[in-house]
This record gives sequence, C-alpha cells and structure tokens, in this order.
Amino acid sequence: MNDLIETLKAQIIEQLNLAELKPEDIDPNAPLFGDGLGLDSIDALELIVLLEKHHGIKIQDPKDAKAIFASLQSMADYIIANKK
Amino acid sequence: MIMEATIVSYCKIKNNTIWVNGEKINIDNNSVDFTAFLVNLYRQMNLNYPKFFKMDNLCKLGILAAEMVIQNNSKSENFEKDKVAIFLSNNSSSIETDRNHIKTIENKNDYFPSPAVFVYTLPNIIIGEIAIKHKFTGENAFFVSETFDPNLIHTYASIALQSSHTTDAVCGWVNVDGNEYEAFMYYIEKTNFNKVGHGLNMPHTAEMINELYN
Amino acid sequence: MITYLGANNIISPLGFTTAQNLEALAQGEVAVKKQQFHFSKSVFCCSKIEDATLNNYFSAISNITTYTHLEKMCILSIQDVVQQSVIDLKNKENLLIISTTKGNIDVLEGSYKNMDVNRAYLPVFAKMVGNYFGCAITPLVISNACISGLLAIIAGKRFIENGNYKNIIVCGADIVSEFTLSGFKSFNALSDEPSKPFDKNRVGINLGEAASSILLSSDEISAIKISAGNSANDANHISGPSRNGDGLFNAVTKTLEDSKTETIDFISAHGTATEFNDEMESVAFSRAQLNHVPLNSLKGYYGHTLGAAGVLESVIAINSLASNTLIKSMGFELQGTTHELNVIKKTEQKTINSCLKTASGFGGCNAAAIFEKV
Repeated sequence: MNDLIETLKAQIIEQLNLAELKPEDIDPNAPLFGDGLGLDSIDALELIVLLEKHHGIKIQDPKDAKAIFASLQSMADYIIANKK
Repeated sequence: MIMEATIVSYCKIKNNTIWVNGEKINIDNNSVDFTAFLVNLYRQMNLNYPKFFKMDNLCKLGILAAEMVIQNNSKSENFEKDKVAIFLSNNSSSIETDRNHIKTIENKNDYFPSPAVFVYTLPNIIIGEIAIKHKFTGENAFFVSETFDPNLIHTYASIALQSSHTTDAVCGWVNVDGNEYEAFMYYIEKTNFNKVGHGLNMPHTAEMINELYN
Repeated sequence: MITYLGANNIISPLGFTTAQNLEALAQGEVAVKKQQFHFSKSVFCCSKIEDATLNNYFSAISNITTYTHLEKMCILSIQDVVQQSVIDLKNKENLLIISTTKGNIDVLEGSYKNMDVNRAYLPVFAKMVGNYFGCAITPLVISNACISGLLAIIAGKRFIENGNYKNIIVCGADIVSEFTLSGFKSFNALSDEPSKPFDKNRVGINLGEAASSILLSSDEISAIKISAGNSANDANHISGPSRNGDGLFNAVTKTLEDSKTETIDFISAHGTATEFNDEMESVAFSRAQLNHVPLNSLKGYYGHTLGAAGVLESVIAINSLASNTLIKSMGFELQGTTHELNVIKKTEQKTINSCLKTASGFGGCNAAAIFEKV
C-alpha cells in the first residue's frame, strides 16, 4: 500500500504538472480537490486518464470519480479493489 | 470620433533575451532550452502562480510577456478591469500543442489523449490565461497572420477604444513553433485628457508599434 | 454607418446551399448520426460531409486533388456567395475573413498522401482559399475557439463601419477529425446520441462539420443589419464556463446597450448541450431578463461545428428573420436549467424583427450580436 501511495504521488505530480510540489507535501488523507492541491476539473479528467494509462483501470461512470479522487488514500484503495 | 490612445509599456521576448520598455532584462542562466528558459524567467519574476506549470509553452510565454507589460504600466489598481481588452495574434496558432495531442493518439495500442494537453490546442487560451490572472473581462480577439501585422492590431484596437466599453488593451504577438518562439506585447490606454498618461506615454500608431516591434 | 447582411451559404450534410439547409430544417432533418471511423472501435455521433458528395460538387469548379477537404468546403461556400452577390475579392475594397479553430488539422494528422504539411498552418490554408478567388487583400483569419464565427462577423462590421472595407465575406469552417473527436472524448464531453441542448437529459455535444459564409456590406444589399456586437471574457476558467454567466451576461448587456433595440424577438443561443454550458446560458439570460424570449440552439441539427458555428447559426437566424420563422430547437423536451428558458418546441410563423445571437467558448470567451430588420 505504501509503495502504491508513493507511486501515485510521483504520477500525480508528473501528470498534473505540479512542479512546485514534492511528494512529501502531499498528505494521503487530505482532500485532493478544493483547497488541498488546488486541482480543477481538467485535473479530475487527467486523473481518470492516469488510472487507465498507468493502472489499467477504467472508470465506467464519471460520476464515481468524485468519491474515488477524494484523497490519495481513496485512490489507492480503489486501485487495489479493482486491480485485475 | 477619434479617441487618441497611448502605448504605456511594451515587451519583447526572443532568442532567450528579454526587453521591457526598450531595456534589456538580465536573466540568470540563459543558455538553456526554451521550456527551461521560461521556467527560469518565471522564478526570477517571483510570480508564485502554480498554474503556470500546467500551461503549454505558448501560454507560458504569453503569460510572462503580459506580466512584463502589466507590471511596468505604472497604473494603480484603480481601473475598470471589465474594460481591459486583449487582442493577440500569431502565425502558428497552437501548432506545437496540436503536435503533442497528435502524439497521444498516434499509437492505437497506447491511445491516451490528455485533456490537459487538448485544452491548449486553441490559440485564444493565452487570452483566457491572461484574463484569469489579471481579471481582465473586456473584449477579446485572436488573429492568425503570416507575420505580425501592426496595421491590423492597431486598427482593431483603435476601433475598440472608440467604444465606452474599452479603455485599455493588452495587444501583440505570441508565437511558438518548435524551437522558434517570439513574443511582442504592449499595453495601451485611452488618453485621459485631464491627466498625464501612464508609463511611456507614446502615441498609439501603427508606425510606432512597428518601430517598437523591430 | 450601417452594416447590411446579404448573400449567404451553408455547406453541411443537410445541403450545399442555405435554401437546401432551411428546407431540411423545416422537415426536421438532422445532420448528426452515429458513425464509425477507421481510427476507433467507438461509435461517434457526429455530422460529417461525405468526401464523395463534396468532390462531386467541387469537381464542377476545380481539381479535387489540389485542395483539402476543408479548403473545398470553404471554396464552395464562398463561391456561392460571390456568385449571388457579384462581389469581386480582387478588389482592394473587399476582404475575406475566415474563422476556424483547427483549419487543416487533418493535414497535421497525416490524413493525406501528398499534401504539403505547411497547409496545417492557418495562414497557408487561408491563402489557398484566398488565391482561388484572387483576393487582393490577404484573407484575415480569426481563431477564437467556439466564438470564432460570431467574432468574425462582429470584426467585419467594425472594419466596414470604420471605413476599412466596403464589402466583407465572412467564411466560418471546421472539420470533424480524429484530433477533435479524441480530444472532446477525453473531456467526457461527447454525447453518444444526438445532442439535446437545454434539455433536462442532455449529456454532451456532438461534433459537426460545416462551412458557412455571409456577405457584410456598407451598401444596402438587404433588409437586415447587424446593429451591435461585443465580446467579453469570464476570467474564470480556461475550459469551464463561469457559474454566474458573467462573460456572456457582459457581452449581451454591452450589445443591448449599443444597439438601442427595444425588444429582442428571439435568441439564437450557443446551446452546446453540455450540462455546464447550457446552465451558464440560462443564468446569463435570466440575469439579462431575457429568459422569456423564444430561444433555439441549432446544435441538435448540426452538432457543434466549432469555428463555423457562429456563422452558420447567424445565417439561419438572418433567414429566420427574413421569413418570420421561429425554428424549433431540436432535441429539447423538458426544462433542464435552473432558470426556465422559453425554448422553441415547434417551428412556427411569427412576425419577428430582431435577433440576439450569442456564442461562448474555451478560454472563457463570449460574444453577442444583434441582427435587426432595417
């Protein structure tokens, strides 16, 4: 689980171009959206691509995205639960 | 009715060199590639605007050039931002980012078009980025021409300034194509007959714009 | 000075003249349909002009292999306007403005075998089209996302009234390509079914391709004028429309103020059928106290034709005015926006004298114009 969290941190920083952030700046339990990392609607779409591209998981209903991307921890939980 | 306008400030960025109001700005470590040059300039300007890193190079260049002319227009914050227009132009539209989007869909076995790339495949996104950063909600237009056309931008801006809806405008040229890039931006304001104009206070004519560009 | 709106054309799957398109709309035909492309297993609901049909028309005037799909669409569209109006673009008093978002993007994608890759640059594309007509003045290109077409008409009005040109032909055009389909799909913005602008069950856009042209003139060539037009930016987000409709509201308010028009008889809205765009429009129209005005979106017929949309929809709006026809907003059944709108449910005859045309797009841009009977 910790490895997955660290991998996700690196992937998020790269994919979302959060150049000013270091992995240790991201709290796995803090909200990804809202005040947290300042992510927006394009970032949410980009996270959907990230899950598919790097983890082979396709979110079928975009409405689920909100809960999945609540925090880094919820993302990791979702990946583990859906990994084939 | 001809309402005279003046050029308040201008900026040129080309070949890793920056001129603001005719003066060359020194930049640390300029012997680097274009993206690194843009990031160096951003850091040197202490912009503290994390969205910068999400932008494509065309927008990065545009936002920095706009910042130069706005920081150096010697205007206080007391002007109506809904009356600031943005009129820009270039040759290559968003071709560099268009190529990047195509790269994400070339390989059918690795087909991941990126929304964060695709959104930059329109040249007027630069106008949007400048508008967002400075809360300028006035008129917009993005023209595409072979080379910078001072007459076109001068005419269009002059017409806009004749309306009560526009008092100021950020105008110019922002082009990126491969390793070639060029930005020329200037800030104009409607002449206020009661007060001395701001900044350079140069006449807003196509000849003057051409002279500053060259 | 007054800018009159005259000869016009629409090249779309519904026809190659304005008259053919109007007839198709009257019959309730739609251009969007489900189709498959070589590049994807997915089915896309969009509107596309068949190569064979286009080449059939184009071969009557020139060599089909010399020009790209988009160039052929533009040339045919402009040619129709030139023929109707006998405007000579070789004259320096006349200008051609082309509005497009992606131009020959299929050239950049490598869809042609022997096409100079430089045709992907908008000035080169515009020159190809301009040279066909021997344009004395290099065609002007406006590329301002989804407001490009309407902005080009507004710019045309400004140049004419400033005395720069006597006649201006505005041609808006864009194609449907893998480029745009894949991009909008990554935005989860595409509807798999024909789109439903302003409807409660709207789920997204259909992309469409079209070219549309219109003549603007300082001469009294018609009984319809463009009385005002302005743009405004949301300064909110590069891809999401402002929740409070600020930019559109400002563009509309400025335009109403300039035109001094007392009443707006109908609105030709942008209405892309995405959740957020249509909602934003309802907020802006409500703020401008225009939500009772009959309104339509033509995206349910044509899909979103990007750089062509503003011109195509203006052409239909002007013909609606001329024939006193309110055209049904295709795909609308149930109120689906926070502020109720008077969406036109059935095509009907009614005396109408003025039309508000609006457009909004990526980059936070918005435009509004008013067309009126003189």
